[in-house]
Amino acid sequence: MLKTILSRLIQTVVVVFALVTFTFFAARAMPGNPFASDKATTPEEQAALEAYYGLDKGPIEQYYNYWKNIILHGDFGDSLSMKGRKVSDLIAESFPISFTLGMTALILGVLIGVPLGVIAALYHNKAIDYIAMVIALAGICIVAFVLGPLFQIFLAKPLSVLNVAGWSRPTDIILPAITLCFGSAAVLARLTRGGMLDVLSQDYIRTARAKGVPPLKIITKHALRPALMPAVTYLGPAFAAIITGSFVVENIFLVPGMGQHFVIGITALDFNLIVALVFFYGILMGIANLLSDLALIFMDPKLRNA
Amino acid sequence: MSFVKLARMARLFTVLPLLAFLVSCKPESDVAIANREGILIMGNSNEPKGLDPHLVSGVLESNIIRALFEGLFIDSPDEDNVALPAAAESYEVNEDFTVWTFKLQPYGRWSDGVPVTSHDFVFSYRRLLSPDPNWPAKYAEMLYFIKNAQAFHQNQRGFILCGQDVNFPAPWEDLQEVNFRGNDSLAPSPYEGKRLSELKDEERAPFLDYVQAGSSVDFDKLLAGDFSAMTSAEKAIHLNYKGLDKATAEELAYIQQTPESFTWPANVPMEAKTEVLRRLLEHRREGSPSLWDAANVGVTAVDDFTLRVELRGPVPYLPEVTKHYTWYPVPRHIILKHGDINTAFSSRWTQPGNLVSNGPFKLKEWRTNHYIEVEKNEHYWDKENVALNGIRYLPISNYYTESRMFSDGQLHVTYTIPSELIPWAKEKYPQRVRQEPYVGVRFLRTNITREPFDNPKVRLAFATAIDRKAICEKILQGGQKPAKGIVPPFGDYESPGKVTFDPEKARQLLKESGYKSTSAFPDISILTTDSDSGRREAEALQAMWDEHLGIKARIVQREWTTYLQRQYDKDYDIAVNGWIGDYLDPTTFLEMWTAGNGNNNTGWASEEYEDLLKQAENTADPAKRLEILAQAETIVLDDSPVLPIYWYTTNYLLREEVKNWNPLLLNNHPFKFVELKP
Repeated sequence: MLKTILSRLIQTVVVVFALVTFTFFAARAMPGNPFASDKATTPEEQAALEAYYGLDKGPIEQYYNYWKNIILHGDFGDSLSMKGRKVSDLIAESFPISFTLGMTALILGVLIGVPLGVIAALYHNKAIDYIAMVIALAGICIVAFVLGPLFQIFLAKPLSVLNVAGWSRPTDIILPAITLCFGSAAVLARLTRGGMLDVLSQDYIRTARAKGVPPLKIITKHALRPALMPAVTYLGPAFAAIITGSFVVENIFLVPGMGQHFVIGITALDFNLIVALVFFYGILMGIANLLSDLALIFMDPKLRNA
Repeated sequence: MSFVKLARMARLFTVLPLLAFLVSCKPESDVAIANREGILIMGNSNEPKGLDPHLVSGVLESNIIRALFEGLFIDSPDEDNVALPAAAESYEVNEDFTVWTFKLQPYGRWSDGVPVTSHDFVFSYRRLLSPDPNWPAKYAEMLYFIKNAQAFHQNQRGFILCGQDVNFPAPWEDLQEVNFRGNDSLAPSPYEGKRLSELKDEERAPFLDYVQAGSSVDFDKLLAGDFSAMTSAEKAIHLNYKGLDKATAEELAYIQQTPESFTWPANVPMEAKTEVLRRLLEHRREGSPSLWDAANVGVTAVDDFTLRVELRGPVPYLPEVTKHYTWYPVPRHIILKHGDINTAFSSRWTQPGNLVSNGPFKLKEWRTNHYIEVEKNEHYWDKENVALNGIRYLPISNYYTESRMFSDGQLHVTYTIPSELIPWAKEKYPQRVRQEPYVGVRFLRTNITREPFDNPKVRLAFATAIDRKAICEKILQGGQKPAKGIVPPFGDYESPGKVTFDPEKARQLLKESGYKSTSAFPDISILTTDSDSGRREAEALQAMWDEHLGIKARIVQREWTTYLQRQYDKDYDIAVNGWIGDYLDPTTFLEMWTAGNGNNNTGWASEEYEDLLKQAENTADPAKRLEILAQAETIVLDDSPVLPIYWYTTNYLLREEVKNWNPLLLNNHPFKFVELKP
């Protein structure tokens, strides 16, 4: 068990290192000039700005300095687009918001998706199954930039208690969370249904039925835990993705989260921001995967000895 | 399944449990609360790049800075071209409008209670004009009206150290022929990897004024810039390319010892040459201290509350110019507390808690990508006449969300309105849709350094084949006006109105241009931004040129920084652009097309044009001046390096309880006068 954790941690470190290295050079290979603005930049200014951000050095030296600053000073660099701000501050400021929103959405997703999947499996090939799966399919297909505005127009406006967008009232989390939960709820429903169908056809379930165990108990006690394994595998990466924010949802609902930094970092060629975000995301992804593996071990006694 | 049905289903599915809870409580809207508190809520498009008035250049930053800071004059809330006293209580001006003396408000205070003095203004202008390459101010040209400001900002050492001295062995009239600023035709960058002997004759020609044809010149060594490693011929090219102002101590000492390495004009006496070199070298050896004191920049603090500004020429409209935020004072005592005069991004002085301002409002809170809020400044000299208690700026980059928030009662005023929503908004709130003329022009830059737009007939043909009316009415639908020239209409200026749509004439021009057939025409592409509106506009132009000229242009969409950089690098054929005036005078549109201007990017220049601008600069009579400027505009339009498309209109939504918010050409509504009367 400890060995598994340790080997996963080492894997994570290697993967994150490779990811950061690749992103570091890939970002610099993009065309364009991070200091271009609607007013011309003279060659002297350009040179001074490049020197300020250390971009006048060769790529290998920049790369070396990047790690040196992180290891010696814990400094991930200044943002090139939001001048005078540390990228670590930008992430520290926006991550709690994305985390709150993402967790809410994920919990909603589980609360909706898992029961939906179980019901669909229990009524396999009946009308309820089809309806549930159509909803799930719609949840996967209808993207946030369609759902978000629909919620704004048909929910927020008529209800009048909800603001269309913003992040100032406690209720402001509702619409973006619902929009954000749809995708994961849909995937979870499909995975749960598949897992459930698989488990329900197993011999030990038949045995339990034959022994006269009540149907509800069969599901909760015997079927659900193994049936949820594919869903839990999915939840790891989904967790990392959802708590780091979504550009579309933040843009539509004016949420000051982290997702927009991913997009703005790229369009503004903010190298330090891009690399720091990938760094952070990579670590989160590693942790989330590890947690989902641990959850699987916990859920399946067969894995404990492996 | 219709969207409505789908949404209804989604609504039932997700919110039934919440519904019961939520309907029981019905809070008042954001606007209702803000009305009670006297706070204006504005959509402001994006997170500002900063709040230092010297380091920003955008409209959305200006919206916040105008609330925080105040210049010598302020806009009238209901009339263009009227300058109301602000930081200046009164002024006197000499007959030819070149020397202005401003009496500052005796009770003018920074928001921490410290008096606003003329020293703050001098400090501010010195800061903005700083020639330090580490000082990334984008807008210093706005102060070039001030005498010697340009010389100081561009570090014209020769002029400052020698040209201003009346006792100098040679007068400046002769001395200014000396190559102080460098000679761009000697730039080594196009010849990377080559030697002088390998160049074509016409490429080599400019160099032969300085070295002999057989000299050993390796352009890679010139590019490397290591002076001590160069041959004497390379040194000569290097020095004449660089000019005396930028020469280092080592290079100046070399010229002293080897006079033939630098080319002087014939009429400069030996004594003057020696003295020029001596003074420049001395300055370099002292470590190039700031030339502020020597430069005699025309801004002086006569006493604590009297500011004198001397200009390079007559500027009768100076009060108009001082409304721009580049002319605002910045708090000397706070900036120096958080760094040096030129500490740029690493200074913390604009952070909440540190920022001190002299305008009607002061900074209260700043949350990244969330909101910025300003509140009334209790030290403001005219605080009795400030109606609002504060302004909240929301960085809403999604304009559809913005319109929805407005109709949901979350905003008093929007930043804009997407063109597709204008008909809907007009129907829903005819009273709240605002469409007002805005001094800005949408235009196409052409790259005249390469085919086919090096040909003026081709440029004119393309200009004549644009159906501007169709673009305004069919695509934009926001009340924009087809452009007749580069300068949009305002005040007494009349654009010469040369630009027309005439497919027949366009075809004729293209025929005359020498391109035998459209199939022989070079491939061209239209460069634009990656926005949807940019795409629509480019598609319209593409279709018009195809229909009327038979030329198929490609559309190249690039994201913002690449789009800009390709224009600075002149790596484009024709590019769609916009320009918003900084102040109400045609020069804000015309200066751009001069040779050295960093925003020209076309490769176009005309001596005649620049002479006219210079002439206008020295003309005090306003009517005569505008006439000269119109002549200058005629030259640009005839030669067409720039093809105007349309003149801007602002389109936005405004609630009726916002009073004293009237159409203004620059759209710089003075927040001081804005009131909320629900």
